[in-house]
Amino acid sequence: MALATASGPAATTPGRVSPPTPAEERAPAEGRAALALLFRRAGFGARPDELDAAEKAGFEATVDSLLRARDRPDPAAVAPPDLDREADHRPPDLADKAARAAYAKGLRERTEALIGWWLRRMVATADPVTEKLTLFWHGHFATSIQKVRSPALMLAQNEILRRVGRGRFDELTLAVAQDPAMLLWLDAGRNVRANANENFARELMELFTLGIGAYGETDVREAARAFTGWRADRSGRFTVLARQHDSGTKTVLGHTGNLGGEDVIDLVTHASASPRWVCSRLWSRYAAPVAPGDPAIAGLLAAYGPGLDTGAALRAMLLAPGLRATAGQLVVPPVEYVVGVLRALRLAVPEPGAAAGAGAAGAAAPSRLIAVLRGLGQVPFVPPSVGGWPAGGAWLTTAASLTRTRFATAVTGLADLSAVADVPPGERVDAAARLLSVPAWSTRTRDALSAARDDPRQLVTLALLAPEYVVT
Amino acid sequence: MPLSRRRFLLASGVTGAAAVAAGAGAVSWDVLHDAATRRPLADGTGILVIVTLYGGNDGLDTLVPIEDPAYRTARGDLAAAAQDVHPLADGLALAPALSGLAGLWNAGRLAVVSGVGYPEPDHSHFRSMAIWQSASPRAASTSGWIGRWLDATATRTGSSGGDPLLALAIGPTLPPLLVGEHAVGAAVPTGQFAAPGGRAGELLRTLYRPDPADSPLRARVARSGADMFTVAGALGPVLADTPERAAGTSGQLEGAAPGGGDSGAAGGAGDDGGDGGDGGELGVQLDVVARAIAAGVPTRVYSVSLGGFDTHAAESGTHARLLGELDAALTRFDRALAAGPRAGAVTTMVYSEFGRRVVPNASGGTDHGTAGPVLILGHPVRGGCFGEQPSLTALDDGDLRVTTDFRSVYATLLEGVLGTEADVVLGSDARLPRLAFV
Repeated sequence: MALATASGPAATTPGRVSPPTPAEERAPAEGRAALALLFRRAGFGARPDELDAAEKAGFEATVDSLLRARDRPDPAAVAPPDLDREADHRPPDLADKAARAAYAKGLRERTEALIGWWLRRMVATADPVTEKLTLFWHGHFATSIQKVRSPALMLAQNEILRRVGRGRFDELTLAVAQDPAMLLWLDAGRNVRANANENFARELMELFTLGIGAYGETDVREAARAFTGWRADRSGRFTVLARQHDSGTKTVLGHTGNLGGEDVIDLVTHASASPRWVCSRLWSRYAAPVAPGDPAIAGLLAAYGPGLDTGAALRAMLLAPGLRATAGQLVVPPVEYVVGVLRALRLAVPEPGAAAGAGAAGAAAPSRLIAVLRGLGQVPFVPPSVGGWPAGGAWLTTAASLTRTRFATAVTGLADLSAVADVPPGERVDAAARLLSVPAWSTRTRDALSAARDDPRQLVTLALLAPEYVVT
Repeated sequence: MPLSRRRFLLASGVTGAAAVAAGAGAVSWDVLHDAATRRPLADGTGILVIVTLYGGNDGLDTLVPIEDPAYRTARGDLAAAAQDVHPLADGLALAPALSGLAGLWNAGRLAVVSGVGYPEPDHSHFRSMAIWQSASPRAASTSGWIGRWLDATATRTGSSGGDPLLALAIGPTLPPLLVGEHAVGAAVPTGQFAAPGGRAGELLRTLYRPDPADSPLRARVARSGADMFTVAGALGPVLADTPERAAGTSGQLEGAAPGGGDSGAAGGAGDDGGDGGDGGELGVQLDVVARAIAAGVPTRVYSVSLGGFDTHAAESGTHARLLGELDAALTRFDRALAAGPRAGAVTTMVYSEFGRRVVPNASGGTDHGTAGPVLILGHPVRGGCFGEQPSLTALDDGDLRVTTDFRSVYATLLEGVLGTEADVVLGSDARLPRLAFV
């Protein structure tokens, strides 16, 4: 489909018969730009038909529809791969080279299956808000399979993040903390009374709940004692090993008593600094980078409230008047970029067992996508550290530019580009904007795209690499 | 947990390079094509290689105070046996896994600086690494220390956004230390690096021209896209015959991933046999550096890294493996340099964000600590022990006391290797004493 006007900086509503007055033209274009931003921030971007429908429904109704998608059946919510927890256990005989090699190979294959499953789901889902929020929490409670070494446990954590991620923050934190993946990741499962291991207690305060400056060294050391004895048994059930638990008196954030791990999680999530920390993390990843004290998050804080309601905070964020003003301030992180491109081009991630590597279709195969994501710096389930992934300009390196260029070139060879190819060359630059829901191209980008208008694949490749698409 | 350079970008606050926003002057492909040939680094120009160990390297299990009776008492099961370590001087020794570095010591090319840190140590990985990379312990800084050197160099040479080739990070992301207020280093992968040529290349160079309508981040997309051609021009030939390791999937989910390789369990990433004695991922990064130096690429600072040093549990096997990887990579790098003409110009610094607690925890690991050793290697280096080894008994709340300010190390390197006045980078902190290792 072509736009009604082939020139001008802002896209206008298609299908108009007579030219709109300047005021009419601005209003719907503004509305469409705000909606396009909403879709990119809330999920993985919009397809043109989704934006058309959203324009008819209005902004607030669109937010509610996006949030309610999880109540509707999602054909893409496919069953995760069958991951055998038993297979994750190391071979008992470390001297047996063949057994070790088979173990390593199996682990690699199941890990790739897990990553492929999530990418496939993110690309196909009718509920992108939930998948993006799950990705957000994965970055917040960042846990890596490199140390957990169990795809089955990583999947179990992923399902907690998806299931509890729009509920109460204290419940989410507790569920994640008592789940085997986290117990392994931050050594809580090795924390014993004799001399407590501080790893989990420190990151709980610094990264998960409070932020630096809202607690002291003594709080970390005391809290570590409260978590002694926390374990997962072989079947993955949480338990507290009484003989390894330090049941002495501890003082954390000014509260003294025989505190257990649950008490500490209750204290830190309800501490006055915690809501500001959590809401600033949300705003920083969905809107624009802010410090915990920033006034921009006031609306989120009110919605989050004493109930620590992360779902309400999410809704308040998407409806916040300040959201629109943050346009151009977020680099789309690599996973969201790759997923967004595949969704925009209506490409699916092939199922396992599909003829992989067969010609161009191989470009969307999990192994190829993982290689792209590694080159861009973000592989799901493999965050670089408990601090999660970086944000902003850190993604914009020369090395990432090259990977992005190769990826865009490969996927446009795979996609049906008739939405651009079937319009006259003079309208293709705007058709590409519409295809990708980019409100407007800069003069520079318009020049480059116009130079490629006789080659639709080249034109769409450039559009996917344009600063206006890479930064939202 | 694995820690890599990527981890620190978020929390460090190093966002700088506003200049990237201003947009670089359009770089002409012809002028910059194959910079290594057209404007090779002048012979003898000092080159600094910075090796960051992410996660907090256990200094007491790297530079071992083997003759201090308090060492065995404090470290218990984690203490190295006297017959396994490589003695240096002053009662200090290198850990058993560092046999290659012991050889460099004997050749007079290794300096060890004891007890390095900053005032009022912070136990957070993020805060501590941000301080090391920004060289700003008191206030959060938006620029890295090498980034400010890039700024100063750009100002001196009158180029607004600086030369992206002057400082290179090997890997997909850029560590904060290479981000200045105006200028910024480039990141190159360890695999092949060829920018699109022909018509596609022309169109991309149009797409990545600066546009005044760009937001700062959009300007940075354009800048990094344009730099892709500059860097490919200089390094494409250098990287042309590197194995395409980064693009494959094998190994990347295991220990070979940047910043990865951490494992709480003994054995760790060795399971897939990926390390193979070539120095692992760090070895691959340093191979790229060695090739670039040999080719005369006009780069003065290289940044490489190894992650996984956050050894809270089951430390002995994991740490020995990591030190072994470090040792193999550095000795291989030394050999590669020695085979070329520029060995005499290259100085390598190895550091981590902090050392670890003196007394182990009950999981056979160590928690976050404070002061640690910095290693300085290379032909221009005056070998020996520098600084003062912190006491194992006079501790601050269980932690070693800092005896050498890290900015003394930086100031020495800025002047001795990069030939720059230290105060343009360190401000009034440049008054700290210099060390005699170069």
